[in-house]
Amino acid sequence: MVKVFIYPTTSLILSDMVERFGHQPLGSALAIRERIQTPGLDSPPLQITPEEPKHGLRYAAVEVPSGVRGRMALLGPQIDEAEAAIIINDADYAFGCMGCARTNELVKFLIRHRGIPVLDLVYPQNEEEGERFVSALRQFLQSLGGEQA
Amino acid sequence: MKEYRPTHVGTVTKYVFVDSPLTTPEELVLKAYEISKGVMIKETCFGLQVTGTPQDVKAFIDRIRTVDPSHIFVKDRGFPPGDPRRCRANLGGARPGYHGHEYELSLIKFVAHGLEAALGKEGVPPAPVRKKKLLDASVVKKMMEAEE
Repeated sequence: MVKVFIYPTTSLILSDMVERFGHQPLGSALAIRERIQTPGLDSPPLQITPEEPKHGLRYAAVEVPSGVRGRMALLGPQIDEAEAAIIINDADYAFGCMGCARTNELVKFLIRHRGIPVLDLVYPQNEEEGERFVSALRQFLQSLGGEQA
Repeated sequence: MKEYRPTHVGTVTKYVFVDSPLTTPEELVLKAYEISKGVMIKETCFGLQVTGTPQDVKAFIDRIRTVDPSHIFVKDRGFPPGDPRRCRANLGGARPGYHGHEYELSLIKFVAHGLEAALGKEGVPPAPVRKKKLLDASVVKKMMEAEE
């Protein structure tokens, strides 16, 4: 079983497919769960404390907005941990404020910088593309040593 | 700042989405209650949320997927079900993350088709056939006699 980083990090389709083909998806839900289940000081809604932008300094410079550094405190360690990654390139819903947009760019850059196997995809818009989408995912995940779904 | 004491420590929560011509969320939930030993189920409009220990949830997911393998999709959730920081009962409007799910659910039929093509039709359960069982005449007779 290989740890596969997924982008968009909240993707239902990627999370399901990675798990279905026998690997562990790494996404924002796991990072949030870790913080939600850790006792400390109350910092609703996501338990992101003022410490997180400091941890984010490992991935982004101090001039970078704290929103980017805070997000990188969640996603950066997962990128370090990942052994492979899957990126969907036309995920418009992942676009948000400048914090989200710049974090998305940085996440994609760091994934490619690490040199791990990466699969680039776009969302399927019809049945034929759906077949190609699943086939590409299946081939990629099986090449990582996954189980047969 | 006040102290934060987490609930549901050591548990995992997962979303189970269903988008199928054969299985409705209601049918899925009924099946889930049948096999829900050790886990907590929360019904939703798109399927359900399940919370429990990682082992129990994994066993549950493995079984619930068999109901309609190509049309059931599972995803991790960071918060436990009904958490006031995420539940729309407390916040109003759409739950954070809803729009992402809504977008992906609009495309999921293509992914389901791709799964059927990739895994073959054996991955898809046959359409349920509901045979009407006729009431036995002897049972009716007994009921009539009991009424008398």
